[in-house]
Amino acid sequence: MSIQRTHQSRTSTLLFVIVLMATLIGVTVCNQLPESHPLHVGNYMITLLGKYLTYAILAVSVDLVWGYLGILSLGHAAFFALGGYAMGMHLMRQIGDRGVYGNPDLPDFMVFLNWTELPWYWLGFDNFAFTALMILLVPGLLAFVFGWFAFRSRVNGVYLSIITQALTYALMLAFFRNEMGLGGNNGLTDFRELLGFDLRSDEVRLGLFLASGIALLFVYLLCNVILRSRLGKVSIAIRDAEDRTRFIGYRVEHVKLALFTLSAMIAGLAGALYVPQVGIINPGEFSPLNSIEVVVWVAIGGRGTLYGAVLGAIGVNYAKTWFTGAYPEAWLFALGLLFVLVTLVLPKGVAGLFKRAKTGTSPS
Amino acid sequence: MSQSSGTQQNPLIRRDRVFEFLIPRQVDDLDLSHGTALYLEDISVNFDGFQAISGLNFYVNKGELRCLIGPNGAGKTTLMDIVTGKTRPDTGSAWFGQRINLLRMDEAEIAQVGIGRKFQKPSVFENLSVFDNLELSMAGTRNLWKTFRAKIDGQTLSRLESMAETINLIDHLHSPAGMLSHGQKQWLEIGMLIMQNPLLLLVDEPAAGMTHQEMDQTVELLTALAGDHAIVVVEHDMDFVRALNAPVTVLHQGSVLAEGSMAEIQANPDVMRVYLGTEDVSC
Repeated sequence: MSIQRTHQSRTSTLLFVIVLMATLIGVTVCNQLPESHPLHVGNYMITLLGKYLTYAILAVSVDLVWGYLGILSLGHAAFFALGGYAMGMHLMRQIGDRGVYGNPDLPDFMVFLNWTELPWYWLGFDNFAFTALMILLVPGLLAFVFGWFAFRSRVNGVYLSIITQALTYALMLAFFRNEMGLGGNNGLTDFRELLGFDLRSDEVRLGLFLASGIALLFVYLLCNVILRSRLGKVSIAIRDAEDRTRFIGYRVEHVKLALFTLSAMIAGLAGALYVPQVGIINPGEFSPLNSIEVVVWVAIGGRGTLYGAVLGAIGVNYAKTWFTGAYPEAWLFALGLLFVLVTLVLPKGVAGLFKRAKTGTSPS
Repeated sequence: MSQSSGTQQNPLIRRDRVFEFLIPRQVDDLDLSHGTALYLEDISVNFDGFQAISGLNFYVNKGELRCLIGPNGAGKTTLMDIVTGKTRPDTGSAWFGQRINLLRMDEAEIAQVGIGRKFQKPSVFENLSVFDNLELSMAGTRNLWKTFRAKIDGQTLSRLESMAETINLIDHLHSPAGMLSHGQKQWLEIGMLIMQNPLLLLVDEPAAGMTHQEMDQTVELLTALAGDHAIVVVEHDMDFVRALNAPVTVLHQGSVLAEGSMAEIQANPDVMRVYLGTEDVSC
């Protein structure tokens, strides 16, 4: 029986890996087909799919803490945006003297503000390795400090959710200010190249799509390894009965802090992959609504299953793209309706439907 | 295995075998050389004007089995909360052995030095399997990284399986604990407590919701554990307390009213007045 159970969860992981790999390869092949071919996937679609994949990574990071640890974070978009800003700063530095004002050191908006030198926190962002480190470290550090205070003081449930919401709102207000030196209202944009590759070329767009897919694969497997370990069981124990877990000797706040920090780093990675694909990062990404939307994706896809989070993120965003094209005013109503329906009819989301189908057919 | 133990007897209390959990765990800092495991001195707790505990002194000897009785609101559960770190007293001191100051530790640390607690309501991790419940409770590392890297070797596996067999849950080893019946959850929780292998066990109303047969098994189990483990049992069921045949402490309004054997307690006029007064205590 033990073998069967592990086997099943191994199967679902394997299935996920196969489907994801097949999608990545399939889309790449279809992209190479001539435009007249019925199966041709356009470059616009490639970028769109790449964006969905970064959302899927973000959804996995939220599911890790919400679905398996019981922390309902309504501020995860903040970590996503911080990772995005770190990448954006690198891309700004890559513009060099090709900006409107032709200043080799200062990004255009700084020249516009009559700044004469680069602020200290921009130093190092011309280096990709440093940027890559910051993409993980900045969101991770914020999550660590935030979690250190919140979890040690045993802030739980709704109160914690409200604080995370306040966190992302505060960051949004801060990033709106020009004095922050991060482009204020307009954010960072007009990117040209990454690691010497032209961001506007079709090949690079395909490359970013594939990089997002591989990152999703890596993140999925990493979360899977953690959740399958004893630490994952402790995490579920904390989600279901926090006090009881303390009484058998586990330091609940340490587990929460570690997984929350990891989750923030994953969200930062997602943001960093998102920015070069959409070509802009601005304070709007910190908007509380964005974080709430992520939670809705996870709820619709199925909280507590990693593939559910991925399905929810891609499915809801595909619907969003379609809706905002066809009926722009109706989208928020549709999202609300979807959320209410899922809560009422499918409390375990779309993934719960799969599970039900599986147990329904098997003679148990 | 032996003919005398028969088939209906619980394997936990078989006498032909020394179980690992009967051998007490070693904790570096613990010093029980004076023979007292738990010292609670001059403890007072006030919950927003309600004096839950006032000037309580309570000692438990090494390896002792002790019953704690008292009417509702006498402070029994509060006392357990203090020992396990859930509640901080306003005054007083709480020591585990001579060296471990319980008031300076949180719940997890207290559990790690070897104080286990069984709750009144069976509290198991419902979404985890019976196996996982036992695995998490197992004494051993609580370090984050080591927990992540933990592997179940053959020895641990057979230990977990023999425990599941002992508590009659081997057939449910991989079903979620939430699917178990009330009685099975009680046994699972006892199994978890034993896997944790604490030096001091606080057992809150173990007989609640048990059949007579299960009660007898629990009495046998607790008696077998005593000696190497200090045990404090809170119980309302007087037959159960009597069956344990252990020293009894009576709490009343947050302090100790009387201490002694069950017979002495029954003869104590104070106790009869405040607690057993309306009951027929002669039986």
